[in-house]
Amino acid sequence: MTSNSGISVTGLSKAFGNTAVLKDISLEIAPGERVVVIGPSGTGKSTLLRCLNFLDRPDEGVIRVGDLTVDASSASRNDILALRRRTSFVFQNYALFANKTARENITQPLITVKKQSKTDANARAEAILRETGLTERADAYPAALSGGQQQRVGIGRAMALDADLMLFDEPTSALDPEWVGEVLDLMRRVAEKRQTMLIVTHEMQFAREIADRILFMTDGRIIEQGPPKELLENPQDTRTKDFLRRVV
Amino acid sequence: MRALDFEYMWDLVPILLGYVPLTLFMAVVGMVFALVLASIMAVERVFRVPVLDVFVRLFISFFRGTPLLVQLFLFYYGLPQVLSFLTNIDGVTATIMGLTLHFSAYMAESIRAAILGVDRSQWEASQAVGMTQVQMMSQIILPQAARVAAPTLVNYFIDMIKGTSLAFTLGVTEMMGATQKEAAGSFLYFEAFLVVAAIYWIMVEALAFVQRRLEIYLNKAHAR
Repeated sequence: MTSNSGISVTGLSKAFGNTAVLKDISLEIAPGERVVVIGPSGTGKSTLLRCLNFLDRPDEGVIRVGDLTVDASSASRNDILALRRRTSFVFQNYALFANKTARENITQPLITVKKQSKTDANARAEAILRETGLTERADAYPAALSGGQQQRVGIGRAMALDADLMLFDEPTSALDPEWVGEVLDLMRRVAEKRQTMLIVTHEMQFAREIADRILFMTDGRIIEQGPPKELLENPQDTRTKDFLRRVV
Repeated sequence: MRALDFEYMWDLVPILLGYVPLTLFMAVVGMVFALVLASIMAVERVFRVPVLDVFVRLFISFFRGTPLLVQLFLFYYGLPQVLSFLTNIDGVTATIMGLTLHFSAYMAESIRAAILGVDRSQWEASQAVGMTQVQMMSQIILPQAARVAAPTLVNYFIDMIKGTSLAFTLGVTEMMGATQKEAAGSFLYFEAFLVVAAIYWIMVEALAFVQRRLEIYLNKAHAR
């Protein structure tokens, strides 16, 4: 299978109107690597993630996941669909399907997108609900779940897709402080499986623990990157230093 | 002032109730066709399919912009003069056609608004898991839009039930036509129309009961 394929991004650019949000970003992610993106708000971190699965269409750039290559300038609807099926996405606001139960949020994509049988999808959902500690809330609708539970379902839904790359867009930023811990714990368990992950977060301690590499982004560019210890303790660029002084 | 002839009214009830099935038939068939047509037009309006969009907008504009009675006359008396295959169109068919087209125009706009009201996160989540547009609409967006649109759509159905009474102007002996005939025979116009008004009223109230149950069902995902 392709679950161990690496990712490469070349020359990714995106503008909203006249404002350039991503400027010629290039990035390689090795199979099983866990990469955390940090940086000030409004500097394109979320847009980078959203461009990788075309929730926002990049203006330019080539994204390669395993043997699939998608060029933004010529990507067809089928290319985009194929790319989305190689990636999974965890949203800041959970974005659970409001008309589906916790269990159905996990099974629905397996059945409609991955064409699994209901039996297989349900078995997978059972396993994931157990892993995320949500077995007892399986038949609850999102509106009846706490923020932490909703986000755990959101992560579970993404896990079930067995994607080559899991994208996490500030998964704890919308949570009440009391739920942050349980969501980070779950993400740690995902990381332990050497799932390839690209995570935008402001949780520096968490980044330090689980990241193989941290990218510092500002003003639409990757300014600096390296192993957590190196980047957090000995940043080279003044912008990185300024940012870390403010947040740590 | 004269006393009401209650005995006459009582005797009229079973006669008029005999026409309830025809009324419901026209309204239900019209509603089913209108729902299908309106959903298609609503989805088209959301995605703005080139060329088709012009026709759909023209359609909605015309059928919202002209009275139902005018449309019924156009279908029943007018169109057969220019389209020979419609020569033998009967009043019931023409009524169902008119109700379908007229109400689908209104319903398309309510459904469109309901679709656009579905939170952006629902569209993005569907896309992120790799659903096609058809899967996204059928599994996630339309079911959620239905919840928002349901009360309005039931209102249109209520309007449609009452709209079937216009079939009487196309020579169909439905509930309203039958009442007219009975009243003309007895000269008890007040009694006759009071009875038919009561029957329409009760039918609509029964439907309002169903509406409340439907809303509870559709809201089950949103109960805390």
